[in-house]
Amino acid sequence: MSILGTRVVRTEDPRLLTVGGTYVDDLRLPELAGAARVAFVRSPVAHALITGIDVSAAREAPGVIAVLTAADLTDLGPPPPDDGSGGSEAAPLPLGGPWAEPLLAVDRVRYVGEAVAIVITDDRYQCEDTAELVSVDYEPLLAVVGADAALAGSMLLFPAAESNVAVTGGAPADGAAFGGCDVVVQRTIVNQRLAPVPLEGRAAAAQWADGRLTVWVSTQNAQISRFVLAGVLGLDPGAIRVVAPDVGGGFGAKVGIDRDALVVAWAAKHVGRAMSWTETRSENLVGMTHGRAQRQVVKIGGTRDGRILAYRLEIVQDAGAYPRMGGFLPFLTRLMAAGPYDIPHVEAASSVVVTNTTPIAAYRGAGRPEATAAIERAVDLFAAEIGMDPAEVRRINLVPPGKFPYSSPCGPVYDSGAYTEALDQVLAGAGYQELRAEQALRRERGDVLQLGIGLASYVEITAADAEGGETARLVVHGDGTATVYTGSSAHGQGHHTAWAMLVEAELGIEMANVTVIHGDTDLIPTGTGTYASRSLQLGGVAVHKAAVDVKEQARLIAADMLEASEADLELDTERGAWQVRGDPASSRTWAEVARHAGDDGLAAAVNYTEGQPTFPFGTHLALVEVDTETGKARLLRHVTVDDAGTVVSPVLAEGQRHGGIAQGVAQALLEEMVYDDAGNPLTSTLVDYAAITAAELPSFELLASETPAANPLGAKGIGEAGTIGAAPATQNAVIDAVSYLGVTHIDMPATPERIWAAISGARESQ
Amino acid sequence: MKVTVTVNGSQVAAEVADRTLLVHFLREQAGLTATNVGCDTSSCGACTVLLDGQSVKSCTVLAAQADGCAVQTVEGLASGPDEMHPVQRAFRAEHALQCGFCTPGMVMATVSLLAENASPTEEEVRSALEGNLCRCTGYHNIVRAVLAAASERRPS
Repeated sequence: MSILGTRVVRTEDPRLLTVGGTYVDDLRLPELAGAARVAFVRSPVAHALITGIDVSAAREAPGVIAVLTAADLTDLGPPPPDDGSGGSEAAPLPLGGPWAEPLLAVDRVRYVGEAVAIVITDDRYQCEDTAELVSVDYEPLLAVVGADAALAGSMLLFPAAESNVAVTGGAPADGAAFGGCDVVVQRTIVNQRLAPVPLEGRAAAAQWADGRLTVWVSTQNAQISRFVLAGVLGLDPGAIRVVAPDVGGGFGAKVGIDRDALVVAWAAKHVGRAMSWTETRSENLVGMTHGRAQRQVVKIGGTRDGRILAYRLEIVQDAGAYPRMGGFLPFLTRLMAAGPYDIPHVEAASSVVVTNTTPIAAYRGAGRPEATAAIERAVDLFAAEIGMDPAEVRRINLVPPGKFPYSSPCGPVYDSGAYTEALDQVLAGAGYQELRAEQALRRERGDVLQLGIGLASYVEITAADAEGGETARLVVHGDGTATVYTGSSAHGQGHHTAWAMLVEAELGIEMANVTVIHGDTDLIPTGTGTYASRSLQLGGVAVHKAAVDVKEQARLIAADMLEASEADLELDTERGAWQVRGDPASSRTWAEVARHAGDDGLAAAVNYTEGQPTFPFGTHLALVEVDTETGKARLLRHVTVDDAGTVVSPVLAEGQRHGGIAQGVAQALLEEMVYDDAGNPLTSTLVDYAAITAAELPSFELLASETPAANPLGAKGIGEAGTIGAAPATQNAVIDAVSYLGVTHIDMPATPERIWAAISGARESQ
Repeated sequence: MKVTVTVNGSQVAAEVADRTLLVHFLREQAGLTATNVGCDTSSCGACTVLLDGQSVKSCTVLAAQADGCAVQTVEGLASGPDEMHPVQRAFRAEHALQCGFCTPGMVMATVSLLAENASPTEEEVRSALEGNLCRCTGYHNIVRAVLAAASERRPS
């Protein structure tokens, strides 16, 4: 029986549980012996001109090795040139030209937390003390906070750009589209700004020696990091080694290499000392990119019997102070705007604005949760307007089973799906009718604690850059063990376990004898890494294909050794041995075959690409209890189908769903990065930022569903699905709990204050 | 000042600055890097260790305060390379860790919880671990692991 699909425990865990991982700050390598510490001097103001930087006191402080500002960046090329694209969304991001972002602030700061200088000392504590001695003169400017202020344009972040709107895209409104509708509902909703908060923040260490730069960085992508370093530092990629050691979570915010890590790498070369930087949490909450931050206007129309005929989504994306990946995210939101529904007319448009806040980039889902949140809210608004059960409206409008592959009016082709089955499975699993009956009873009794039932059906896109592919190299050694070199990159997902499972399944080499190596550009020069739920369907398939390749090579060798015809040979994967069919006595082990392979050994390298992304789907049901006196909402149950094709490791897939659901619930109920009107972050510590805890969550009820994709493993991505489904399901549940009072919408996070205000407002207007 | 701490049964003595935090003493003077720093406000619990048997957030204790005390970190839990502590075993069996950064603190908080309450309910586990953040697992499997460890430790 194949090991695939079975409940294998992780190979990573014994080390992580007994001696702990080796994250950047844990590195005790000879190359980093005596490494200096780096601390950043960051802007305390949101928007200001810099009129002077005085580093003299800092430079004279005891133990200081160097204090560096933008004035010291003389050995670097200029910022990226204007590519003349004028902010078309196809342009590579971050945008160059007038939107260019310096590595260290030059004459202007645009958000609280922007790096202005660095201090390098021998000692960690001394470093933070010295950073306080750097004196920067700021001449404050009016801060631009929020979409309205940005669009008004009375203060510009980039005067040379002559606008705060960096990118626009999508379809103009087609007024005729809603003409045939009995009912049209429109409303503005906010998909709030979130902080990713990987438990390990940003960290980097660097050493320049013998004309070669080595950078250890907490990243999801060692090879991309090397590419970026080469470009910024003007070095040949061969002169750079990037290592991703253990990475303490990323969630999209560690895609590539962060600007502050680039500064550390540059400083190590510039000063000629190995050095190490690990940010504090307070730095992380303003310095690491944030996610989401869209204001959306949804307009939905259809017939009174529940058929949705037209849907429009208008997005204003707050990109923060610099249009990094935030300039691109609404493209993904528009791409998935139609959701899992078969709607004749769907249109979406977006504008990206800059504001004096931390830059926005990917956070678990990156543009797709925003699309799902918008349409799932819109469907519930429509259902409420026509007085129909929201489950029924979904069933009527979901893409039906016979229509796959389905061409969305927004462009993508949904590969495979069973959307109505997923909905029905969740309704049955949750006991939907019984829950509705209990809800009716509580309403009738006038209970203080009211039940809310929320649904979200979704389709998402994974491996959106499938044509970029992923690499794998597999070597079978003379002792019968194997090593996998993967271009994919683990930061908690369990790649090492899954890749070893794939090798054992194909070759019969036991997982315990398979070593998986990732995240070292000297060993793996080409690769892409991990984001957009791409690992298994690209990196995993690459490992699988490398194993198939090795197997075919081994068949020839074994045939030669056994003097038999290739066609008569078989691999007994139970024993991990080659034999003439039906004759176990004739067997040759992997060790023997590998040794016979000669000097070149037994190895295969694969760069696997796919022509199309995949489209996982599912339905989430959240059951919440709302205290109508205090406004406090509590999640009681969360029931989901998350169909990501064929499951290789149920244990790992469930883990991804659990974590994703928690982050989605956190957005719906708790988490928000808040700024005041002057651009001061009000949630810049974990005391203020309401990261979700165990006490605020129930155990989750996961239902199984596997609709295969077309790739050799049948796999789609699973990393972000939980987040995409959970946030709107939970938000819809909260609103459903108080809808009988006349409440039609509450923005996320649905805090007690907001829920209480919505209840009070609805009661007053009655 | 000179600080002497018994860490996982071994004496560690070092001359440190007065303001040295216990977590940095463990990581730098004792050379034990499993205990992580995840925040600067005593909110995340990644640095949880046992100080004379009581769980503390070691970012909120000065090394000087631990002078003469016994500290246990996750490195001191297993009785041998192949003999993980029941809590460690349960975390592995239930897939209660992903990136591993919160794990040493989460495991030590669990050891402390089970010493105080050998048979916690799910709700008690969730409440007891409120001071330990995990961003990967959604806590689902952590809670299962704690309950599994508790049931393994109970005499049948």
